[in-house]
Amino acid sequence: MTEAYIYDAVRTPRGKGRKDGSLHEVTSVRLSAVTLNAIKERNNLEGHAVEDVIWGNVTQVMEQGGCLARSAVLASDLDESIPGLAINRFCASGMEAVNLAANQVKGGAGEAYIAGGVEMMGRVPMGSDGAAIAVDPSLAMETYFVPQGISADIIATEYGFTRDQADALAVESQKRAAKAWEENRFAKSVITVKDRNGLTILDRDEYMRPGTDMQSLGALNPSFQMMGEQMPGFDKVALLKYPHLEKINHIHHAGNSSGIVDGAAAVLIGNKEFGEKYGLKPRARIKATAKIGTDPTIMLTGPVPVTEKILAETGMKISDLDLFEVNEAFASVVLRFQQAFDVDPALVNVNGGSIAMGHPLGATGAIIIGTLLDELERQDKETGLATLCIASGMGAATIIERV
Amino acid sequence: MADFTLTKDADGVGIITWDVPGKTMNVMSFDGLSELNDCIDQALADDEIKGIVITSGKEGSFAGGMDLNLLAVMKEQAGDDPAKGLFEGTMKMHALLRKIELAGMDPKTKKGGKPIAAALPGTAAGIGMELPLATHRIFAAENPKAKYGLPEIMVGIFPGAGGTTRMVRKVGAIAAAPLLLEGKMLDVKKAKGAGYIDEIAADPLAAAKEWVLNAKDADLVKPWDAKGYKMPGGAPYHPAGFMNFVGASAMVNGKTQGAFPAAKALLSAVYEGALVDFDTALKIEARWFTSVLMHPSSGAMIRSLFLNKEALEKGAVRPKGIPDQSVKKIGVLGAGMMGAGIALVSAQAGMEVVLIDRDQAAADKGKAYTEAYLDKGMKRGKVTAEKKEAMLARITATPDLEKLAGCDLIIEAVFEDPKVKAEMTQKVEAIIPEDCIFASNTSTLPITELAKASKRPDQFIGIHFFSPVEKMFLVEIIKGKETGDRAVAKALDYVRQIRKTPIVVNDARFFYCNRCIIPYINEGARMITEGVKPVLIDNAARQLGFPVGPIQLTDETSIDLGAKIARATKAAMGDAYPESPADELIFWMEEQGRLGRKAKAGFFDYDENGKRIGYWHGLHEKYPLAEQQPSLREVQDRLMFAQVLEAVRALEEGVLEDIREGDVGAILAWGFAPWSGGPFSWIDMIGAPYAAERCDQLTEKYGERFACPPLLREMAEKGQTFYGRFAPEAKAA
Repeated sequence: MTEAYIYDAVRTPRGKGRKDGSLHEVTSVRLSAVTLNAIKERNNLEGHAVEDVIWGNVTQVMEQGGCLARSAVLASDLDESIPGLAINRFCASGMEAVNLAANQVKGGAGEAYIAGGVEMMGRVPMGSDGAAIAVDPSLAMETYFVPQGISADIIATEYGFTRDQADALAVESQKRAAKAWEENRFAKSVITVKDRNGLTILDRDEYMRPGTDMQSLGALNPSFQMMGEQMPGFDKVALLKYPHLEKINHIHHAGNSSGIVDGAAAVLIGNKEFGEKYGLKPRARIKATAKIGTDPTIMLTGPVPVTEKILAETGMKISDLDLFEVNEAFASVVLRFQQAFDVDPALVNVNGGSIAMGHPLGATGAIIIGTLLDELERQDKETGLATLCIASGMGAATIIERV
Repeated sequence: MADFTLTKDADGVGIITWDVPGKTMNVMSFDGLSELNDCIDQALADDEIKGIVITSGKEGSFAGGMDLNLLAVMKEQAGDDPAKGLFEGTMKMHALLRKIELAGMDPKTKKGGKPIAAALPGTAAGIGMELPLATHRIFAAENPKAKYGLPEIMVGIFPGAGGTTRMVRKVGAIAAAPLLLEGKMLDVKKAKGAGYIDEIAADPLAAAKEWVLNAKDADLVKPWDAKGYKMPGGAPYHPAGFMNFVGASAMVNGKTQGAFPAAKALLSAVYEGALVDFDTALKIEARWFTSVLMHPSSGAMIRSLFLNKEALEKGAVRPKGIPDQSVKKIGVLGAGMMGAGIALVSAQAGMEVVLIDRDQAAADKGKAYTEAYLDKGMKRGKVTAEKKEAMLARITATPDLEKLAGCDLIIEAVFEDPKVKAEMTQKVEAIIPEDCIFASNTSTLPITELAKASKRPDQFIGIHFFSPVEKMFLVEIIKGKETGDRAVAKALDYVRQIRKTPIVVNDARFFYCNRCIIPYINEGARMITEGVKPVLIDNAARQLGFPVGPIQLTDETSIDLGAKIARATKAAMGDAYPESPADELIFWMEEQGRLGRKAKAGFFDYDENGKRIGYWHGLHEKYPLAEQQPSLREVQDRLMFAQVLEAVRALEEGVLEDIREGDVGAILAWGFAPWSGGPFSWIDMIGAPYAAERCDQLTEKYGERFACPPLLREMAEKGQTFYGRFAPEAKAA
């Protein structure tokens, strides 16, 4: 079978997703085009070098609507003959774009793809595209819909994670991200976002709070307690689905949940011939991809079953994997992954994650694949797994292997 | 004589009067709908008529709602496709009400329509409210007794003649939701605030006439028919509306514990309707309405909570040929919590009450209960000073038994000790008139035994109240072996006077209600001893629609009461008493001093104010949690079957004479899964064959208490239903 290789991976720095965020002035289309152009330039590609651009994005309305992928292609230096496909699998959209591209390549449908995603959370707020599962009673009531923060707290309650454990994970994420930046570990992937005149807008992640400690986190109030226990009372809904729980333990807050940021990322995927044509050296092959649906109420446990699935399909064991990227949507998601597989926390999110640096929904899946590859190369290790939990109860995973 | 008639007055106002012959309050029937349609057609076509007023010929009321037989007619007319009949019938109602709303106006210019107003002399409910909502202006009288609203949800359906869609558009989803979901009837002022009524008038008919004669074209155009209509509070995908709709589903889910199909359907009709134009919204409302009517729950709820409850209140089981036995003067023996409550409801119903206790202070304390109740009512503005004074004046609190002279009913609520009760019976019978009926409010002692102390056992009966008396809707009447028809009639007439619902059962241990509740509580306790999480047990019950789970219920009613009942029953039954791990648990809890809420320690921990903090985990030192917890469904089936099998046995043994009483009683007395219509309706819903099969499985796993009663076995083999076999006339709507 044809192999699909990663030839390059880039990401923009993550800007705070609010009006004083550095990327707030940049449109979604432009930030997308910046990453597409970076892929093209860094690899000396012709405008028609790839088959398609598969672009992940969650909130596909307004400037992110209308098939953002096509708009991004037209705004970039790629040829108009490259079409553009916008996709949405919530937080794993960027990963799903990479996985789709890899599987297209493996199946022989084109030699190469650019896959990735973007989310300008400060410009197009999360949730502004609506969602039937949250408001349509015949769905929301039947599936016991609760917002994600409540789901993260259900995980903490069901699997016994304390506020201290969650906070400690958040402190560690900040520490690792700070160190990674200090040591320039992201240099291979992070590109500078410049304006039309070549002036720098942002060249490093700006969401991080390196000084974070247990004490500063301890001062934060739980974010989902009010909506859970009072109005409108999501905890009661959660207990309908988890009737053996007495109450929901609300441990998550702004400091141990992922940050709201703007950002984009792109990965260049191609077969062997494509690399040869452009004189590119493959960095890793995409060994396997997987996705799964899970209980939508607890919602964010997907990384565990999807990892079990991908291991079963590849005949691998968890110990065959050298490093892990588990998206830090909420601390309990990562704690649950570590608990389920009993993996050494030192191998998980080595350079920090979304709690420290932020989670631009549509881009993160592509970001963590790039981060994983950079770290495998830095430590000279072979195989890694990236996985994300996904809204409405899904999970996605990718295994990459250096070549 | 027709239900609707059209007349014309000198000013050119067409008056459509709704006046159903032979009824004190109007209800909408199949014929009524077609007559109303004809009147509207005539009035719209008549050039002399400039405006139309729809009113009622009944004094003090407009209409009470729909004749629920109408739904049955719609179903039947469609033959083997009842859903089609219901949907098309509902769409016809929509067409009629929409015709009133558009009133012949030009569809494009919205001009040239005839003004149509509603003049309501009083109470309007259900379709009696939905019809006015389709007119252009609603005038209601300043009638303090009148109530307005859409109470359909109370019987497991929702307003399906446009009431849902119109209220949501008129006041917004968030304002309309509580009205529709709680079904509260409001007084005229609150009804105006809620949007049910537009104007309050001394003479609503005159005000409505004046309005139709002066109304302009624009006055006739409903906001939702005008250009640029925006739903108040925001439609579902409007930013504000989005949060409201997210919250609505969660709140309804939490509140109903997911156990109420009508609430889900209603909310869906609101949501889906809010996304489209008005006429499409009506069609959506009709589809959800049809689906709710086709759901077995709505039929069972209407049957139990509307038709049969009313039938029992109107004397369905009252012995024939006994003249009116209304109570004028009642003697209540014992001024404790029960006696005080009985005195309260009796005085409220206008009876003269003699409240007896062993000394003046104890008797006064019982009367003070009524005073405190009235004071609370005054604070809420529901009770006037005069009313309070009059009601208190009706209660004589005294230790003097001689004051019982002239009573026509005695209710004894003294200590649950046969000796004490016998002594009181004899003392009192020496004073009261010969024809006075003597009732005991015992909850545990057999009536036939107590009646032995009476010299007139045919006039001796059980009238079993539930606590708190003034809040609980059901009264269980128990016939002893020798209880005569007049005593039964007396008890029933008394219950009617205090506006509660009666059931009449034969004498047996724990009668009917407690007989079913005790196994429910015990099954919960047994599960604890098996290591099932207490919270899972309580949540399983709540998700079945019970107001509280068995574990919490045990804490509420107190552990020592449970222990006392267990000991007394054991003493009475001797070797026949089935030993149960549930008793062990209760006795152990009693030893630990964890007596329940009153002790601020039981299966729950409590704070100093008696508020539950959480389950008491010390329990698990004695009864460790099982590693493998049962499924929710398994727990639910155990709790459900523990009760319904007892109901079936009560029927088999003749304790229950009428399944309607078994169903209505269960819902009203202990909140048995209201959506099911009661224990017998529930078995009918799941089917006797499945119920019998499940009994066998549960028996094998958990023991003989789940053994399938022979009656149920036989019905399973014959493929029968309880309502088919025992009450064919009490069909589900």
